[in-house]
Amino acid sequence: MLDALTLATGVAALLLAAWTGWAAYRDQSTKDWHFIGMAVVTLLATVQLVVGIVQLARGEKAEQGTAIFVAYLLGAFAAVPAAGFMSLAERTRWGSATVAAGGVVLAVLEVRLYDIWGS
Amino acid sequence: MTTVEENTVEEKPKRLISGPGMLLVWFYGVMVVGAVSRSVYQIATEFDRAPLAYSLSAVAGVVYGFITYSLIRGGERARRAAQACCAAELAGVLIVGTLTVIDSSAFPDATVWSYYGAGYIFIPVLLPLSALYWLRKNRTAETTDTVTP
Repeated sequence: MLDALTLATGVAALLLAAWTGWAAYRDQSTKDWHFIGMAVVTLLATVQLVVGIVQLARGEKAEQGTAIFVAYLLGAFAAVPAAGFMSLAERTRWGSATVAAGGVVLAVLEVRLYDIWGS
Repeated sequence: MTTVEENTVEEKPKRLISGPGMLLVWFYGVMVVGAVSRSVYQIATEFDRAPLAYSLSAVAGVVYGFITYSLIRGGERARRAAQACCAAELAGVLIVGTLTVIDSSAFPDATVWSYYGAGYIFIPVLLPLSALYWLRKNRTAETTDTVTP
């Protein structure tokens, strides 16, 4: 898959985690700006999902198997939005902490995606 | 304040997902997806290679699912059930983790609990500890909204 896209999504996810983690540290809930940040990260993950499926459709193979690759793509796509909705339900610092955890999980998924796709 | 609480306490079960509980639900949700999808894939494709390890992953997934559901549902009974499951989960992580450290051939393939969950950034061993702490804190009937770090 596109290594640059995987890297960009992973870095963006970590930045989001740091940003919302900072908000949690300062006892703040997620604000509009945070949701814009989540939207950007989600957009990257969506592009990644589409690119990944297109590449599979073209006949390229993921090194560790198609099913695992698609499962991780879907997980990466859903991680940040799910955490975002949970932070809407929890309007305290803990909502911010949840989004930060979501960013970290997405970054881990990106590393795994890189391994699963292979070179 | 107190009158509102008295009115709602009859109908609504005590929330277990307010404050730090939400973060717990997130991590448990992640572990449900991780453990269940892993076991479904492994059982479907290569069950014969390590039946015990894959069944264990499936059981772990079910336990995680039940705890997540209990946390979201809330109330005293769900709290107790979740507490029991967290204790079982902790025991499972410690037993499987120790077995894999002592004798790595005990489980031919990795499970979510191998090496105390090192493949999952030790979330499997840290999660039940923090969950048990959180559930214990919520034992009293009154909700204490003062969450101080």
